[in-house]
This record gives sequence, structure tokens and C-alpha cells, in this order.
Amino acid sequence: MSPELSPATLLAALAKALQRGAIRVVDLTQTLTPDFPQIALPPEMGQCWPFRIEEVSRYDERGPGWYWNNFSCGEHTGTHFDAPIHWISGRHRPNNAVDTIPVQHFVAPAVVIDCHEQAAADPDYLITVADIDAFETAHGRIAAGSWVLMRTDWSRRRDPEAYQNFDETGQHTPGPSTEAVRFLVEQRDVLGFGSEAIGTDAGQGYHLRPPYPCHYFMHGAGRYGLQCLCNLDLLPPTGSVLICPPLKIEQGSGSPLRVLALVAG
Amino acid sequence: MTRLRRRRGYEGVAVCVPVTVPYVRYSTRSAHWWIGRAVRALLDASGLQKADLDGLTISSFSLTPDTAVGVTQHLGLSPRWLDHLPNGGASGVMALRRAARAVQAGDADIVACVAADTNHVDSFRLMLGSFSAFARDATYPYGSGGPNAIFAFITANYMARFGARREDFGRVCVDQRTNALAYGSRVFRKPLTLEEYLAGRPIAEPIHLFDCVMPCAGAEAFLVMCEQRARDLGLAHAVVRGAIERHNAYSDDPIFERGGWRVDREDLYAMADAQPADIDFLQAYDDYPVIPMVQIEDLGFCDKGDAPAFVRAHRLTHDGSFPLNTSGGQLSTGQAGAAGGFLGMVEAIRQLTDAAPGRQVARRAMPPDTNEPARLGLVGGFGMVTYDRCLCTGAAILGRAA
Amino acid sequence: MTMPLMRPPRKNPVLRTRQMNLPPWARSRVAMGLTVAAAEGRFALQVCEACGAVQYPPREACHACVSPRLQWRPQSGEGRLIAATTLHHSNDLFFRERLPWRLGLVHLDCGSSLMVHLHGDVRQPGQRVRVTARLDRAGRAVVIALPDPETPHMNDDPMLREMGCDPKFRKVLVTDGKSEVGQALVRALVKAGADIIWVGHAEPWKKMPGFDDIADLPQVTLVPLDVTDGRAVEQVGGALGGKVDIVVHNAEVHRTYGIGARRGTDVARLEMDVNYFGLLRLAQAFGPALRARAADGAAHAVAWVNLLSIYALANFPPHGTYSASKAAAHSLAQCLRAEMRPAGIRVVNVFPGPIDEAWNQNLPPPKLTPEAVANAIVKALRDGTEDVYPGDVAQEWLERWRDDPRVLERELAAGGGS
Repeated sequence: MSPELSPATLLAALAKALQRGAIRVVDLTQTLTPDFPQIALPPEMGQCWPFRIEEVSRYDERGPGWYWNNFSCGEHTGTHFDAPIHWISGRHRPNNAVDTIPVQHFVAPAVVIDCHEQAAADPDYLITVADIDAFETAHGRIAAGSWVLMRTDWSRRRDPEAYQNFDETGQHTPGPSTEAVRFLVEQRDVLGFGSEAIGTDAGQGYHLRPPYPCHYFMHGAGRYGLQCLCNLDLLPPTGSVLICPPLKIEQGSGSPLRVLALVAG
Repeated sequence: MTRLRRRRGYEGVAVCVPVTVPYVRYSTRSAHWWIGRAVRALLDASGLQKADLDGLTISSFSLTPDTAVGVTQHLGLSPRWLDHLPNGGASGVMALRRAARAVQAGDADIVACVAADTNHVDSFRLMLGSFSAFARDATYPYGSGGPNAIFAFITANYMARFGARREDFGRVCVDQRTNALAYGSRVFRKPLTLEEYLAGRPIAEPIHLFDCVMPCAGAEAFLVMCEQRARDLGLAHAVVRGAIERHNAYSDDPIFERGGWRVDREDLYAMADAQPADIDFLQAYDDYPVIPMVQIEDLGFCDKGDAPAFVRAHRLTHDGSFPLNTSGGQLSTGQAGAAGGFLGMVEAIRQLTDAAPGRQVARRAMPPDTNEPARLGLVGGFGMVTYDRCLCTGAAILGRAA
Repeated sequence: MTMPLMRPPRKNPVLRTRQMNLPPWARSRVAMGLTVAAAEGRFALQVCEACGAVQYPPREACHACVSPRLQWRPQSGEGRLIAATTLHHSNDLFFRERLPWRLGLVHLDCGSSLMVHLHGDVRQPGQRVRVTARLDRAGRAVVIALPDPETPHMNDDPMLREMGCDPKFRKVLVTDGKSEVGQALVRALVKAGADIIWVGHAEPWKKMPGFDDIADLPQVTLVPLDVTDGRAVEQVGGALGGKVDIVVHNAEVHRTYGIGARRGTDVARLEMDVNYFGLLRLAQAFGPALRARAADGAAHAVAWVNLLSIYALANFPPHGTYSASKAAAHSLAQCLRAEMRPAGIRVVNVFPGPIDEAWNQNLPPPKLTPEAVANAIVKALRDGTEDVYPGDVAQEWLERWRDDPRVLERELAAGGGS
């Protein structure tokens, strides 16, 4: 940090830059609608609720002067945040629920690893350590405490069927390999992993070892996850700052949220 | 007559003061109004005071929610004998029988028997839906909206079984229309030809337009008292020679072909000490022309199934060989609801008290040029189709006073 | 000779849509016995237990011996036509709009005389007929005379078509065409001559075997429909409601838990959300359009089918929460029947026993095949019946339930009846 700029000055400069548009706010959030697919577990398991919304009144006999709705959804519906308590490996971590995570973690730098060509060719594409090496060669070492976001352009799949991409062998969406996750956690001390797909782990993650390695290792290390992101193609590889505070749900495992990125220029 | 009379006769009973309140097609008045008109007419024609009426019978379909007792307060009467007789076309005979016993026993001295109904534009339709429990459950839902389908079945069966043709029913309708014109009906004023009858549009095959009565508003009434009282009052009167009634007869017959008159007709003639050949005219309840035919058979004028031939062989006008419904019947004067069950009785009284100008029936048994007025008349009552047949039948023989 | 039904012509959109005028619907309480039997496809009359006399019209005491011990017993309906008439005039709007209309008087072999609606192939007095009871447009039983023996195209008779909800030439919405029962239903409706079948399906990313073949049928149009999504249901209702003649609500969630076997309420909530609230949402979205088209031409809107379960009558504890959701749906279906009645739209409630599908895998036979359920529904629509209990298990449970529901409850609680 520059010794000439006090925190107060920085903050004022940030506010001014935002007002002028010199620093842009990019929305990385999918709109919450009933059509947006929710994660589908085998039918014997408990399921995550889809987003559902019902009018209470709309300037009518149910309430003449106002319009409002009731809605319901799961903690993991739509663009959402995963807290460490969400996974069995993170159940005992300190400050592991959405209401206890230190709030300064909700504003953090992000890097974007572009895999959109590989994902187009192979829906089951897994980010490898080699991919991370190549990224760092081009853009520098991933700083500790950063979000690592996997750009696949998967959010452009507007058809729910294509977004889920199921066949008889299960779901086929891209994600990180076991090695890549371990590298990011153990060698780079990242804050968390973010994906455009419905889960941080690949659709076939059940068959990796261990199953769902991103959940297992990230949350096991007290790190976080973001999924159903969009507009990652609007972000630079490095330099953006993510703002992603989940709802303050008592002992919550996650929540839908607004994910914003501050981007220079 | 070999059978002994098994019950008490109607000796000493007089019927008089026949009243008709002229019919109209539609009326905005209530039944109470028509009853009031009839009672007022009874008093005007008889010279009696209202307080003299100590007995009352009322027959009406459109009086609800009132019954006979409601009429007493409505008109300011205080009778000591009261009967409500919602029995449609049998009401006249039934009212006569009950009133006769009351005056014979001294329970009442002067009984007014009144039948009246109003007719609003929707009266008929509204009445049908709640006419009877069986109608509501087993005929009204089938769309006929009234007894047309039932009598279509009865007529079709009668035609198939006994060879009756539409022309035979036409004879009844045509001759009754002639009688109606002589009577001065307000509702039907033109003659009816057989061709017009046959050309009438179908309603429910084989029933066509002229087989159906026209619902009206109107009233009919008469007084019943002891003969002595009638003479003291100077009232022209007829006497009751016999009367029967029977309800729900022959209920095991799959379809109506014979009516309750058959069951008790020997008693009727025994009471009157007469035979069918002695009867000078027949006022037969005529909701559809097949019914007078069945009455001709069941009241003993011919055998079962021979009425078509009988009708072909006779002229049914007031001056014909077998006068039938000499004021035109309902088929040609209209059906004022329950008053349809009284119009035969009222016309019979007129015929026997020289009050039927232009249509006076002569004694049948006498040679034609004798021109002695009718002495004995038969009134048939028939009514209350609750399901597939009329339940009430009745008949009365009236005679000229000595 | 009954002419086979022809495809009705297209509607002229400029003309006012005809609305339903119901035939007379008032009946005494005792006469309702005819209606509830006809709703199940049975013709029953009261028979005196003391002397055996058959009663008609329905009544409170025997016409032969005045005993009050009258029981409804099934009748063969065999008899003879005594007389027939053709109405050319009626004061009743329903019949007035359908003149000429034929009625008959039939004498049954068992002794009663009945006024009946006549099938077109019943012509001459003296002809042998078979009388049966059908529900008319007002949902009340009327007796009708059918030719005996049967004649070709008998079901296409105009009078009979008024008494039923034949899918032929009609447009049907099947709310879940993806499930096994749903696929069987679509096939059965195609076979029954339905013109268009809108096939609802939810969660399009979940593929079910056989569904692609359904989607390929020429009569079928797929419609994304998740009955848990109120807004989506409303939109589908707005898009399709004006064209649907028959709604078949078969979407259901069936799990196999009682109370203690699974913690939490989320499974039970899902069962309620689809089985009960799904019905409520669909009824709100499609009800008004269905009622408005209840007399709209020869292929007018006519029926709403609910796939319930015999467990709706008596809770099957191993599937306890499912049973409760079906009981709730049943109660709501009764409300729906009352609300649809003024328009003459018939609500058909189907109470099968266990169906041979995935969630009943561990239940021993007898189990109904999806085809059997579908055929029972199509038959109910054709015959105009409203309370359908397909299969042996359903029939047996129904008998036990009618005998004494409390005894059945105890039997099921003791583990019987599975």
C-alpha cells in the first residue's frame, strides 16, 4: 500500500471512482426465477428447493396500494455461496457458517482462469495443475486470499436442460480436478473457488477421488465456494475485487446472494 | 243393478251458484285475488252474506306459501269447516264429496268450494320443478318439463293397443271447440277443423298442438248446502245422486290404460240408481283428448278399447248424440290451474239449472223432438300426475232438482 | 343406426360462445342413491329386504309392504320398451337447445316402469332394451335405455355423448406425461381418438425412459409444466386454458414414508406441494376457462380427472405422508366438483390401489400396471363415471372402508392390507 494514501483517502477515492464509472460494478449473478434449475440429487435424498415466488398482492383486493411477494428457495438455489459447514469435512472448522464467517472475507480479490474453449469441447473438462501453471505464467502468481473463478461460459446455456446437461450416466459439467483443488488450497492459500455451473465440483465429481474434491478440500480447509456465476467473460484475469456477502442465516450452510465485481476501467 | 249399495248416498245435498271468473292468458294478480273474485261472485249471485259461509274448500297450485287457512284471514272468513284440496283435476269431485258429508252431518251449513289459479309468464315452468317428489326425481330431469311426455306415452300406447287414430282424438277436440264457442269462451274464439287439428305442430309425438291445454289464470266455484236450505234461499240447484273417488288405482299396470273410476263405478251407479244409458251428458276431465276416451270406457259407456269407435259413432257437441264437455272443456276454454278440475262440475250445475243458454243439453233417452232438458249428468275428475300417471280419479252424478 | 362421430368443424370466433344450461338437477336425498351408484358405473335400484319388491321412483318405504328396509341393489336393467315419444318442445333450456329429443317408457322385467332417455337405436315399442343409469350434464343420475344387444358405434349416439366425457376429437392436458402412468395415459388417449394431447412435464433435465417416444407422437405437444410453480401454472393456463377440453391431473410425488421413517418435513412438503397444492394451482388456472367452454360446440370442455389413490380414503401407514397428501387432494377434489358442477364440468376422481411403478417396488402384488390405470381413466371418461376404483386392491379396500372405515383403519394400523 502506498504510504501517501491513508485508508480514508483510499475510500474516498474509491467512492469517487465508482461515481464517475472509472471503477465499474459488474453483476456476476443469475436472476432468481422459478425456471432456473436447482441442484438435483438422487430421489432418495433430501432435495434443494427450487426458487418459487407467489404474489401476496398487486394493487388489488388482496392489498390495494402495494405489490409484494413471498418466496421460497434453498440455501443453495441460484447464484449462491457455500460455507465450510456445508460439507462434512468442514463441520468442525471455526467460524464456518454464513453468520460467523469474518465479514472481511466477503470483499476479496479474484482471478479468472479461462477454460471456455476446453469446456465447449468437453463438458466434463477438469482444470488441471498445468492449467494453473499456464495461468500464472501469463498473469503472475495467484495471491493468497484470492477467489479463483473458473470461466467456462457455461452461464450462456440459457436452456435449463443444457445447463444441467444430464444423461443416463449423470450430470456433465466442468470443474476442478482433485490435484488442482489441493494445489490451490495447500500451495496458494486461496479464499475459495467459483464456478458458472451448478456446482463448484464437476458434474461427474461423484466419481473422483475423493468424491466432490472441491467441496471436500476447500470446505475442509475452511474455504468457500460460489456457483451459478455469470459474466465472468467481462472480468480481467486479475485485478477485480469480488463483493459477495451471503445472508446472515443462523448456522446457515450457504445462501443465494448478489455477487458483484469491482473492475477498473 | 244387482249390487247392493254399500254406502250412504248423498240424499238431501244440493249444489248451486255456479261461478266462473273469466279466464285470461296471463295475470299479474295472485291466486288470492282470483279466489277473492270467486267468493265475491258467489255472494253476489246468491245474495248471501260473507258470514253465511261457514264451510270452505280451496284448490289451487299457485297459492303458496298459503293454504286454505291463509285464505280465511285474507278474505275475512271464519268457517267452522275447512279443507285444502290441492288435487288438480279431481278437486271438483273431491270438494263436492267432502262438502256434501259436512252439510249432511251438520258440521257446516253453506260450504263454498273454490278453485283458482293465477298464471304469470313463468308460473308454469316454476311449478313443474317442484310439482311432486317423484316428478322432481324421475320425470322433470328428462326434459319434458311437464306431463306432455307422459301423456305422449299413454296416447301412443292407447293408439297401438286399441287402434285409436289421431282423427279420433281430433273429433273430441273439434266438437269441444264447437261447445266452447257456444259457451262464449274468451280464450278460444274460432272453430277448429279436423284438418287444422291434424296439421298442428308436434309437441311430443304423438301429441300435437291442439291436444294440449293452454294454461290460464281464472277461477271456478260453487256452493254446497242442504236441499232444504237451497229451496229456502230460492236458489236454483242440482242434487247429488252419487259420487266416488279412488287414488293410485291399478298401480301395477305398466302404463296407464284404465283409471280408478272402473274400480268403484258400480257403487256410483248404485248410489244414483241409474245406468250409463240414463246419463244425458258427460263432463270428462280433458287434459289431453285420450283421457275423456278412457273415462267414456271406465265410466261404463263402452268396453275398454272401444272409445275410438264410440267417438266415431257419436257427435259430441251439446246437441249431439253424446254431449261431452259442453262448455268446451279445458282443451277449448283453457286450463286455469286447479280450476280445470271444477269447470266440469260448474258446467254440470248450469246444465241442470237451465243456466246454459245456447248450449242446453236435452234428455238423451227421450225422442229428439221432445227437447226436455237434461236430467242427469256425470262429471269425471282426474288429476295429479306425480310420476307416470294421474293418481286421483273421481266421478259424480248430479241430477235435476225435483 | 348410430352414425359414427365426425370431427366437428372449427369454431367461428366471431360468434358468442354458448354457455352451459344444466338440465334439472334437484333430487331428493333418497334419489341420490341412484346418482352415487351411477357415479361408479352401476345401475342400482332400491329393493325391499322384507318382501323383495323393486322400487322406482326412489322412496322411503316399500310400495308393496311399507317396510322401511330398502337397500340399493345392482340391477340388470333388462326390460321392454312400452312407448316412445319425440319431444319437439321443452320449457327446459338444456333440452330446448337439443331438440328433438327422444324419451321412452320402459317396463323392467323386475316390475318397475321407468321414464328413460332413449338411445337412437331403440326404436319400436315391444323392443327389448337394457336400462342403465348415467350421470347427466348436471352430474345427476338419469336412466337411459340402450339397445339390447348392442349396436355398432353405440357410444357415438348424441344422447350418450351428453352423458359422458368421451375423449374422441377432444383436446386433453395431461399434467405429467413423463411418469410411467403419464406415458400410458398419453398412449391410451391417443388410442381413444383425442385430437391434441398437451403433455406437461417438469424438470426437463430429468430424462425418463420412453418419454422421447411419447414426444414423437403426432397428437402430442410438450408443455413445460411444474405444478409447484404458481406463476408457470398461471401462464400455461392462460396459454392453453381456452383450448383444453379435459384436464387429467396425474402429476404426483409418491414416497414411501410414514412419520418416523424419515426425519424432517421436506419430503411430505413435496408430496403436498405437488399432490395437493398442485391441484389447487391448476384448478385456479384452468377452472374458469374450462367452465366458460362447457357448452362450446360438439367437442366442448367436459371433464377434470384427478389421479388420487385408495390411500386417500384410509391412510396406509407405510406410505403415511403420501396418504395424507392424497386425502387432502381428495377433499379439495370434492370442493372442485362442487365448483365445477354449475358449468356441467365433471370431476372424475380415480382411486387406484398401488401402481406397479418404481416407488412401489417393495410392495407385493397385486399391483396395477400403468396401462391398467390409464385404461380405467379412459373408460371412466367414456362412460361418464366420476368415482373410479381400479383394480382388486382398490375394490377390496373400498368394500372394507364402506363396511366400517374405523375397522379398516385398525386393520391397516396392525399391518394388514399391504
